[in-house]
Amino acid sequence: MMQNDNPFLTRLDWLSLALLAALLLVAFPLGLDTFRLNLVGKYLTYAFVALGLVICWGYGGILSLGQGLFFGLGGYCMAMFLKLEASTVENTKIQSTPGIPDFMDWNQITALPWFWQPFHSLALTLLLVVAVPVAFALLVGAAMFKRRVSGVYFAIITQAIAAIMTILIVGQQGYTGGINGITDLRTLAGWDIRTDGAKLLLYFVNAALLIGCILVAQSVRRSKLGRILVAMRDKEDRVRFSGYAVASFKIFAFCLAAGFSAIGGAMFTLQVGFMSPSFVGITPSIEMVIYAAVGGRTSLFGAVYGTLLVNGAKTAFSESFPELWLFGLGALFIAVVLAFPDGLAGLVRNRLLPWAGRMLARGGKPAPVRPGMVTK
Amino acid sequence: MSGEKDSRPRAEGPDSSLRRRLLMGMAALPAMAAAPRLAAAAGPATAAVNTTGLAITDSEVTVGILHSVTGTMAISETGSIQAEKLAIEQINAMGGVLGRRIKVIQEDGGSDWPTFAEKAKKLLVNDKCAAVFGCWTSASRKAVLPVFEQYNGMLYYPTFYEGLEQSKNVIYTGQEATQQILAGLNWINKERGSKSFFLIGSDYIWPRTSNKIARKHIEAVLKGRVVGEEYFPLGHTQFNSVINKIKLSKPDVIFADVVGGSNVAFYKQLKAAGVDLSRQALMTISVTEDEIDGIGGENIAGAFACMKYFQSLQNENNTRFVEAFHRMWGPKTVIGDVTQAAYLGPWLWKLTAEKAESFDVDKIAAASAGIEFKGAPEGYVRIHPNHHLWSKTRVGRARTDGQFDVIYETAELMEPDPFPKGYQ
Amino acid sequence: MFGDYSLSDLGSIFVMQGFAGLILFSVFVLMALGLAIIFGQMGVINMAHGEFMILGAYVTYLTATFFQNHLPGLFDAYFFVAMVLAFLAAGALGMAVEWLLIRHLYRRPLDTLLATWGLSLILQQAYRSSFGAREVGVDLPGWMIGSLQATETIEIQINGLFIMALTVLITIAVGLMMFRSRWGQQVRAVVQNRVMAGAVGIDTGRVDRLTFGIGCGIAGIAGSAFTMIGSTGPTSGQLYIVNTFLIVVFGGAQSLLGTIASAFTISQTQSTLEFFTSGSMASVITLLGVVGILMLRPQGLFTLKIRR
Repeated sequence: MMQNDNPFLTRLDWLSLALLAALLLVAFPLGLDTFRLNLVGKYLTYAFVALGLVICWGYGGILSLGQGLFFGLGGYCMAMFLKLEASTVENTKIQSTPGIPDFMDWNQITALPWFWQPFHSLALTLLLVVAVPVAFALLVGAAMFKRRVSGVYFAIITQAIAAIMTILIVGQQGYTGGINGITDLRTLAGWDIRTDGAKLLLYFVNAALLIGCILVAQSVRRSKLGRILVAMRDKEDRVRFSGYAVASFKIFAFCLAAGFSAIGGAMFTLQVGFMSPSFVGITPSIEMVIYAAVGGRTSLFGAVYGTLLVNGAKTAFSESFPELWLFGLGALFIAVVLAFPDGLAGLVRNRLLPWAGRMLARGGKPAPVRPGMVTK
Repeated sequence: MSGEKDSRPRAEGPDSSLRRRLLMGMAALPAMAAAPRLAAAAGPATAAVNTTGLAITDSEVTVGILHSVTGTMAISETGSIQAEKLAIEQINAMGGVLGRRIKVIQEDGGSDWPTFAEKAKKLLVNDKCAAVFGCWTSASRKAVLPVFEQYNGMLYYPTFYEGLEQSKNVIYTGQEATQQILAGLNWINKERGSKSFFLIGSDYIWPRTSNKIARKHIEAVLKGRVVGEEYFPLGHTQFNSVINKIKLSKPDVIFADVVGGSNVAFYKQLKAAGVDLSRQALMTISVTEDEIDGIGGENIAGAFACMKYFQSLQNENNTRFVEAFHRMWGPKTVIGDVTQAAYLGPWLWKLTAEKAESFDVDKIAAASAGIEFKGAPEGYVRIHPNHHLWSKTRVGRARTDGQFDVIYETAELMEPDPFPKGYQ
Repeated sequence: MFGDYSLSDLGSIFVMQGFAGLILFSVFVLMALGLAIIFGQMGVINMAHGEFMILGAYVTYLTATFFQNHLPGLFDAYFFVAMVLAFLAAGALGMAVEWLLIRHLYRRPLDTLLATWGLSLILQQAYRSSFGAREVGVDLPGWMIGSLQATETIEIQINGLFIMALTVLITIAVGLMMFRSRWGQQVRAVVQNRVMAGAVGIDTGRVDRLTFGIGCGIAGIAGSAFTMIGSTGPTSGQLYIVNTFLIVVFGGAQSLLGTIASAFTISQTQSTLEFFTSGSMASVITLLGVVGILMLRPQGLFTLKIRR
């Protein structure tokens, strides 16, 4: 699987992709009611973050504890556009300054601040949703990786940045909506996003984008770049001494992860209908790491399943045993680290596939997956 | 699924005599002769009271309770859950609403706003709850509000809050900012001649809006001045520097709306720095009996609190309420302003449904204006057409035992004014 | 802002503000010392550090309640008993955690982060289940409350003095243990070269367990002391975790001296800024400054020069 002449997707990858697509695009929409489907849609937005973490943590060895920041930035960019659209002069005529978002009016702001101006345009917004977080990641990444900050230090610094951003967003409530976030979003370019039909469509857009991102990630993984990332993770000095600019590769992986997270954030805003600083902080950022870990930190598909599993469990648990949920989540963190470092993907690779192979072989049919193919 | 059996206290375990004792405590509630169980047969037909497909049978009506059981807000929201469950038990013991027992579905918001929105949607869409009692923070209310408006649900929201909101689908059973603040400021200005104020709060919308209203009132109406205004991030625990600033500016009154864990740190450090609250006046709008549990009575004794309810309030309704609450949740549980406001929710809903002779949300929303609850522990409340409550504002002075001496109450009910002119 | 005040007023404010900075410094050192040992010396990212502190706080609460009910005569002295118990409880839990969890993960530092985060969730829920979701109030003996009137305008907080004294004591104790005791020698040997330390006969497993236990024990003492100034609730520990890590990293993770220097720098910056700007901005500016400097100088203020 490591040879250069390998195809873009192996047979196993094709199988996994088809399975995931069938699950997301057919099974869930048919099998779940609107309410549950919307929930799944929300979980899938977190899967973007988990996917980014697979690239930057699983492959690049860079653990960022501030991915919520990029998720939040993307979500805020989208929310700013939607809020401006919802704050027409007509809708806000009871305010002392009609035509600006309600929370600005409550904070005695009388004109739209400059950094809100670009969000009048949908095209520009869609660009900024990705551009702002990626630019920020570039800035942070360049500053840190050029100075060879890595591992634990990087994790703690990204965590601190997420904490600072939360304090800033909450404190500057006249510009950001403060702790309540940006709420009461209604339409996207005149299209009501709150109806069940809109939610269904957004779900499909979300699922399609996610599959698209998986393909992008896959192409990175299959490229030379992907292999350098892995090499760097395992023996950074050797890669550096071979003449590669290690920092640039790390920056790229970090920016890619930020971009994925931002798309997830924007889709979150569209599907849930608001954005608040509680996604920018430390707790959500660390929880998102666990999604990737549960799925198997080097598995792109695993990231999606891990996200679905943890969130599904969270919802189920907190509906039936709200007070026990934290025990369950805590135990999950520990179990995944101690007992299943390769997560769900590891289970499938090491247990399920060989078993399936044997079963099929015994049935006299050719095994679709030869055990030899099943390597990392 | 959390059903009816969850509406009993977990901590006390199975308690067979609970219902009997509740009934005894309840028997005297004014103007509500108890007729347990018999009423079920006498209720109006389901088709008549429920035209919109809510989860209502001939014998049961389903409501939701939506608060945080986990996460940082669980500290504050526990009291509200307890109060709502008490009210529902009492209503059921009296025969329910329109002849139907109330069945509770409890959901955990987990101190996470999208979870609140998600669970609100579940309660409305899947469980078809006739009413939901819940939310605590403004952020959680803002998150669920579009859900309640879209799916036409009814929310009873208990917390005192910043105002600037009004919805057909929400009844605000706590006070909005002007109701709570203005009377207190007037009182301290008149009683002690206070002219200079130092405002300190946690850094989010409620303290900022409250302080904005306070500042306008101090400057424009009381002709006083604000000598300092400071905000700290939620969870901040170091207040020594700002305490020095307070000492330097020597205000007549420290006006505090610090919340959560910061509260504990603030008052402990204030006490340690030698600020004697029996000499330096401090007025808080955020410390209820609940918070004092964590702060420690001796650290805050002497401070003035300005809100609509104190556990020590002397009236018959309150005596019975406190008794019933202690019987259900243990004698050591304290009852704060928000807990009492949460207790009002189920009762107001019951009274409204009986007036509207229907559970339909539209009819409840329309019938709400003018509903009076004479059995309220705080005395008497009435729903204003803007869906907030007319209520009295009181000033209490903290004692060392964690309770307040109520030293002032407004003569009239304060009118709720969520969009106050001249204060924005 | 100083126009209206007399020179003596300003002088006393200056003194009290300096004192406020020193208290903050002591608090930071107490928070960070335990972590400096665990993270700096062992490389374990203990995200449950705050929860170990809160364990100490709860032990103090239980001790206070016990003394109130059974030994009211000795209530004035309970705090010392409480601190010893807090150290033992947190230390014992720490050693158990090391044995069950951490020792499997020494080769994977980032995984310790995830596992201890899980541990912190479990501990939080355990506190909530046993003590309730609400904060508990810890009664202090009368002599610890209030302040000394140094001059007419200068007041010195007694609990501030107490915390400062405690900090000095613990710092000296840790310093002696690290640099003068056999255990300290072994710890330093293990930190510098684990394999070689094992080869010369040091029981590295035992050293690790003891080190982790002592680090957690110090966190317990810190938590016990913080009942004087902060809140004690199931999630209070989370309030400290970011600051604590930044202090240790900023100081240069492996240097105890660095931790102290960084606690001093950060506390003085923060308390000065809080006085001249507003509370929220002070926190943001301080954190930004720390992160900025760390980007320029990732190894922190002080580093240990060793060959790897």
